[in-house]
Amino acid sequence: MPEPTTTTTTPAPGAPAGGAQPGPSGRAEREFTVAERSQFQLVLRRFLQHRLAMVSLVVLVLLVLLAYVGGALWKYKFGEYTPDESEPPSWEHPFGTDSAGRDQFAQVLRGTQISLQIAVLVALFATVVGTIWGAVAGYFGGLVDTLMMRVSDLILTLPLIAVAAMLGHNFGGTWWLIALVIAGLYWAYVSRVARGVVLSLREKEFIEAARALGSSDVRIILRHLVPNALGAIIVNATILIAVAILLETALSYLGFGVTAPDTSLGLLVSEAQTALSTRPWLFYFPGLFIILIALCINFIGDGLRDALDPQQTKVRR
Amino acid sequence: MLAFTLRRIAISIPVLLISSFVVFVLASAAGDPLDPLLARNPPPPPQTIANETERLRLDDPLLSRYWQWLTGIFQGDFGPSVNPARVIGDEIGDRFLVTLRLIALAMIVALVLAVVVGVVSAVKQYSLVDYGATFFGFLFLSMPAFWLAILLKQAGIEFNLAVGDSVIYTIGEATPNFQGSFGERLADIAGHMVLPTISLALISYAAWSRYQRASMLEVMNSDYIRLARAKGLPQRTVTVRHGLRNALIPLTTVTALDLASIISGAVVTERVFQWRGMGDFLLNAIATDDVYATMAWLLVTATVVILFNLIADLLYAVLDPRIRYA
Repeated sequence: MPEPTTTTTTPAPGAPAGGAQPGPSGRAEREFTVAERSQFQLVLRRFLQHRLAMVSLVVLVLLVLLAYVGGALWKYKFGEYTPDESEPPSWEHPFGTDSAGRDQFAQVLRGTQISLQIAVLVALFATVVGTIWGAVAGYFGGLVDTLMMRVSDLILTLPLIAVAAMLGHNFGGTWWLIALVIAGLYWAYVSRVARGVVLSLREKEFIEAARALGSSDVRIILRHLVPNALGAIIVNATILIAVAILLETALSYLGFGVTAPDTSLGLLVSEAQTALSTRPWLFYFPGLFIILIALCINFIGDGLRDALDPQQTKVRR
Repeated sequence: MLAFTLRRIAISIPVLLISSFVVFVLASAAGDPLDPLLARNPPPPPQTIANETERLRLDDPLLSRYWQWLTGIFQGDFGPSVNPARVIGDEIGDRFLVTLRLIALAMIVALVLAVVVGVVSAVKQYSLVDYGATFFGFLFLSMPAFWLAILLKQAGIEFNLAVGDSVIYTIGEATPNFQGSFGERLADIAGHMVLPTISLALISYAAWSRYQRASMLEVMNSDYIRLARAKGLPQRTVTVRHGLRNALIPLTTVTALDLASIISGAVVTERVFQWRGMGDFLLNAIATDDVYATMAWLLVTATVVILFNLIADLLYAVLDPRIRYA
């Protein structure tokens, strides 16, 4: 990674993460571009140095490849019945088979696909809607803010598991409906975070400058507020993904999530729990995959948080 | 502070009303509670169906049904259940106590665990203990509650098989129709609580111990701790009297905010251990489209969450003299 040595001088502790750094006096006209790149590089560099987060990222990428490429290449498809029933793990069936002869490896790969798809859809939907909602509320303030935030608060007061189970019972079955249900409840969290960041950014000089230059509200929100609030939002979105995956598996386990003929990791655990003594492999592998995915995402979120927050580095100690 | 308390309660009431209305609409739209009746073979006489429709108020408009439910609450009537023999108000009290003891004990265990782990890993930052605690914290944070619960249940079953006697209870919240003295009954209930409490506490403590660690680190790096050290106080006094007592304050808020997610965790835990608590009540209600049972669950849960948050806020002011609610 080519890296100009000058960028390693970090902003003073306590300096806002998104603020533009005044460049050396000779390059005043390029001040903005230089500062923005160095900020990004700084974050990237800190993230790359976060060993645990990098390992997690690699593992997660491998998991994605395994689920999609492996799932397509593997000799058994999910839901396919093989003549081998209730077989313990072997080379033929790495994760064994269930009592109906389905290859558990293929089932787990399918479940992993579903979990990842739900995670991505929840992250996209909840983050985009939540960020815009929170940014608009925070930027305009006053009555708009009050009304919009009351809507968010209302969603936050709804008991998540009850509403998700109810909606899942009604619309459940397919993975993307479950994802929409979860996202429809989670965007409110993101909107609170986004609003908080925007409220503090709104008073900054560069927003005032943009307004003085005649920028429209839409432009200020999308070009100035949202990019600067992105750090906090990304960290939150990452953690939401992990929570969303766990919620989906819990819903599927309770019978209000993904249902047969499709499968998910939660459903696989639920199906396996009665046969834990006789066919333990059916229970352990899907559970381990859930943990592995959630753990990777949590570690990546932790690494991003450290990378994006100059105050949380180890420098102070 | 009394004015603050009253104002907070006053704010909670419209929140509770709107939230209950939204859930009422969702629950009513979720499905037809008469489905099992209609699917019966041979089909029931039309008079039965008409009676059930009448009893469940299905012909009334939605707003009228909500109003009947709301006014009924003040007369102790939680509305008709899908199951005619069931009186929701009578049932929910027992179930609430069952779930309350699980959640209360699990929270206490989780809090003690979180404080101990958080403080130790903050005081010994970047040590092996700290890294170990961080890893296990993240592990439990990433673990589905039901998976851990099933694992513990299986461990209990294996243990019982190995001993040849049922030492660890793995099913139910108490032995049904238990005969014995009060003390024996208490022991029986305690025995049933061991595994569910451990599994719920382990799932819950992880996030708190991370908070406790962060807040402890912040306190231990502050000036007054440096002063306490400089004037020669023993390390123990500095850590416990000056550090820990201040670092505990943020945890009250976090605990209160997390109550809702612990209730979710308890729903799943109860399902695994087949407890007849609030979680089982909710899941059955949803599965059978029992609108009024779902509403009763919501009412009890939401009230508890709101009260608990209020208590946490008041406690916050007691613990931190800088906070004053005017």
